[in-house]
Amino acid sequence: MQLSTRHLLGIKNLTKEDISLILSTAAQFKEVLQRPVKKVPSLRDVTIVNLFYENSTRTRFSFELAEKRLSADTINFASSSSSAAKGETLLDTVNNILSMKVDMVVMRHSASGAPHFLAQHIPAAIINAGDGINEHPTQGLLDAFSIQEKTGALAGRKVAIVGDIMHSRVAQSNIYLLKKMGADVTVCGPPTLIPKYIGEALGVNVNYNLKETLEWCDVANVLRIQLERQNQVLFSSLREYSLAYGINRNLLDSLHKEIVIMHPGPINRGVELDSDVADSKQSIILQQVENGVAVRMAVLYLLSGKN
Amino acid sequence: MKTILTSTQLTEAITVLVSKINEAHPTLAEVVFVGIQQGGVVVGNDMIVALQQLHASETVQYGQLDITFYRDDIRNEILTPDTMHLPFAIENKTVVLIDDVLFTGRTIKAALDVLLDYGRPAKVELCVLVDRKEHRQFPIQADYVGLTVQTNKADKVKLVNKEVVLISK
Repeated sequence: MQLSTRHLLGIKNLTKEDISLILSTAAQFKEVLQRPVKKVPSLRDVTIVNLFYENSTRTRFSFELAEKRLSADTINFASSSSSAAKGETLLDTVNNILSMKVDMVVMRHSASGAPHFLAQHIPAAIINAGDGINEHPTQGLLDAFSIQEKTGALAGRKVAIVGDIMHSRVAQSNIYLLKKMGADVTVCGPPTLIPKYIGEALGVNVNYNLKETLEWCDVANVLRIQLERQNQVLFSSLREYSLAYGINRNLLDSLHKEIVIMHPGPINRGVELDSDVADSKQSIILQQVENGVAVRMAVLYLLSGKN
Repeated sequence: MKTILTSTQLTEAITVLVSKINEAHPTLAEVVFVGIQQGGVVVGNDMIVALQQLHASETVQYGQLDITFYRDDIRNEILTPDTMHLPFAIENKTVVLIDDVLFTGRTIKAALDVLLDYGRPAKVELCVLVDRKEHRQFPIQADYVGLTVQTNKADKVKLVNKEVVLISK
């Protein structure tokens, strides 16, 4: 079986079969990561550039580890320390890198659609590692992998996505993926942080009440408040946000069931999640990070073919 | 399509393989068995049942190995991996690799690469149901062979529904 696409630009243009293939391949790579030698030779003839025009710790390390564990050669690019700071265009930068015989591009950019633009102009396979407020497909895949691993399935699961839905590429990729795989999704947050027509557009439920949402769901994926993407005041203070939409131990204990807590990181502790929730048994935040490497190995492996 | 081994003959061949292994390894404390996906696992499953009957007092250690990520022609076609499951340490053990058909030897070479990423076995032996001896591309030979067949290089020999068939081009 093969993927229906040669790039991973977003979950939006993946089929259900593509998603299942990536998740089942990731399960095999997770086994590789438990071995004494956590490495396979599959991509030893492949060179990959990690092109990060925006800051990242987890995603960049996760991709780099995934590449190394597939035996690929890797080079890293950070825009702040490169010629992009001198005004070189994205396409020029990438074409220069590709002329040094690079086969795949992993790319993060603050402009939504930047990887889609690149895919139209260069021959290499492109993997979107987050573009603006559009998509973060590998995060969506690793979240789905983690939900499936923890609860046994995706179809029929009730997943709440809580927080800044408006500015979140993680939310968008999660919604596309979960809906395709037959899960039920509710988005929850202050009305100012939830796009007005998201219910009709993406087929999700909208609930502004956190307690009701948590009472409904099996899994709550809690998003970070993205202070860097807000150029207007959408809620009055972090403290007020935390009072209405922060998840703390008392709130979790008041529910009639035990739900799974997820967060894509980095956590604003005390804002969207309290420490005694983030570090509790219900939280699978660190498993998400572990699964991220296996999922990215699967994506890189499946996109590394000749065509 | 021609049948090389009927299901009855296949059962007999497996019985012979098991008795050869039993002769070489009267006790299995230091021996583990590993079937190569997918045909080797089919053969391995049957062999382990028979071996377990002969060794009622000890548990026969058996795992499944997948070579997909180690293939030397991986860039030509990206294949989906099968399950890899080695629930024991192979360090200092004798590993008996099991496969259905030994042809060019490339699968076995890849399987050895996989094994060495799990540890350093004391010895590796190879057990195959069918040996297509004249087509080897690597210096690899089996220790236990069910049946040696003469084939053309373009032929395909496959284990299908508990029978071994030869498909000629």
